Amino acid sequence: MTAATSSLARRKATSERVIETLLFLAAALGVFTTVGIIIVLAFQAVEFFAIVNPVDFLTGTVWSANIQPYHFGVLALVASTMLVAVIALIVAIPLGLLAAIYLAEYASMRVRNLVKPLLETIAGVPTIVLGFFGLTFVTPNLLKPLFGSSIGTFNGLAAGLVVGLLITPLIASLSEDALRAVPRGLREGSLAMGATKFETTRRVVFPAALSGVMASIILALSRAIGETMIVVLCMGTSPKLTFNPLESGQTMTAFIAQISSGDTPQGSIQFKSLFAVALVLFAMTLALNLVSNRIVSRFRNVY
Amino acid sequence: MTVRTRRLGALILATGLLAAACSGASTPSPSSGGASTAPSSSAPAASTALSGTINIDGSSTVYPITQAVAEEFQKANPGVKVTVAFAGTGGGFKKFCNGETDMNDASRPIKKDDDGEGKACAAKNIEYVELGIATDALSVVVNKDNTWATCLTKDQLKKIWDQGSTVTKWSDVDPSFPADPIKLFGPGADSGTFDYFTETINGKAKQSRSDYTQSEDDNALVTGVAGDKDALGYFGFAYLEANLDKIKAVQIDGGSGCVEPSAENVNNGTYKPLARPLFIYPSKAALKRPEFAAFVQYYLDNVNTYVDETGYIEAEAAVLTKSKTDLAAALQ
Repeated sequence: MTAATSSLARRKATSERVIETLLFLAAALGVFTTVGIIIVLAFQAVEFFAIVNPVDFLTGTVWSANIQPYHFGVLALVASTMLVAVIALIVAIPLGLLAAIYLAEYASMRVRNLVKPLLETIAGVPTIVLGFFGLTFVTPNLLKPLFGSSIGTFNGLAAGLVVGLLITPLIASLSEDALRAVPRGLREGSLAMGATKFETTRRVVFPAALSGVMASIILALSRAIGETMIVVLCMGTSPKLTFNPLESGQTMTAFIAQISSGDTPQGSIQFKSLFAVALVLFAMTLALNLVSNRIVSRFRNVY
Repeated sequence: MTVRTRRLGALILATGLLAAACSGASTPSPSSGGASTAPSSSAPAASTALSGTINIDGSSTVYPITQAVAEEFQKANPGVKVTVAFAGTGGGFKKFCNGETDMNDASRPIKKDDDGEGKACAAKNIEYVELGIATDALSVVVNKDNTWATCLTKDQLKKIWDQGSTVTKWSDVDPSFPADPIKLFGPGADSGTFDYFTETINGKAKQSRSDYTQSEDDNALVTGVAGDKDALGYFGFAYLEANLDKIKAVQIDGGSGCVEPSAENVNNGTYKPLARPLFIYPSKAALKRPEFAAFVQYYLDNVNTYVDETGYIEAEAAVLTKSKTDLAAALQ
């Protein structure tokens, strides 16, 4: 190489390296933030567990953080969280999958281009508005006529239904992408063999897209578990271990919102319990993410 | 328009928006109390330019009165900004004794020997004046479709609300009541109403069952009781009076027959044991600021108007006179 071209090559390499480092730092920032969150949670949670036995915390069923005698059994909160998440999935999985199948297999291009953005608009509604909708519309106008006096203003069913409404677009959108990613050859082969369109969808396309569908469901579950504003408004603040959706309760996220809304002195045991609960929440969503990754890789069909 | 012109235009627009947003955020500093003549005792001081910020927190029971006073005071003195919150009497005292607020609303007296209150204030050299301003008839309420619980005795209330209570159905309280599950709503542990109710009914302050819907926001409790036929709750009288279309009071039998919460029954002493005095605790240091001194003076001079508006019961004349005397002494 001549002197001119070799210096040209070196100059390019330096600016390239600088850009590469900046991009790496941008990505690393996300990782550092997550690690930082875990460290902060762990530090304060360790202080909490010095006072409260971790076994009692993880297996106890009575949660009374503000009224003495204090009990810190997180299962009461976890039960409400899971109740809301399960009801949400029962609502969202059928609606979301059927919508996805319709959009991917049956809808014309025009219908799809109209309906898909509308569906995603629901996901864009602020959750506090949805929570308000649940409290002032769903409970008095839909649930009270159905259940009469056995359901109160604050109940898990309304919270579950509205959270289900929130995560339906998530499942619909991601499942629809997964279904569309299945190669056309599979569909055409099945139709050529004499199957009807619905049989093709049910027995060929859907199983082929299963890994994407499962990933979307688990993502929606994580979202439902972490949902805060809707459960705060619709479910109330009475922590108790109950699987009855007609009763009020309190989820982990609602407890964190209640305590951290400013009136709890730092360093008090309620404040420290926040971090322990947040750690449990974090662990649950992390576990779900890992499970989701495993399922995706296990069910994935490579074409 | 070329790409470059468009980019330049966008940059200028963004900078302009940023400047507008930032300049609107400045607030007057709290120590800049404008110079004024001595605060007039009847009408709010509208003539001279009082200015500053006043922070009040504390009882949700007293909140409606303080909020009404604050609104009128701000109308007459636009340079003063008053914010009133309702973290609960206990929650408010924690902030007050940490120097975060100028005044605490309280539905029970300050606990002088408590580490979180009296001792914390002493440790931070926060002196205060205790001013009685009104009386509350703490009300036990049920849904308006509740036809059976018209009167409850003190012992029945204790049975329902005490720590370790096993009452889960209305029939546990009285066999003649229906066997519906009882839904309970009440203030949380930061509330003065909670402290007063538990001390009076259960015998010891803060001793209570814990599996009920807890909220320091009394409006949330009203919503809860109004929405459930089997609900039972307790909170300040003003919230009952404001929602008589949805909830109704339970008569309390304190040993001499069933008595309804009302102004007359509080004044003639028959509404026992849930009639209680309401207080405000301004800090002496804050009273040195002219706008805050004017506010507290206006509060005491006009409190009965607002007490009547919000539905509470006026304090006895002797109580108000003592409050005014104590305030005058503190202002010296």
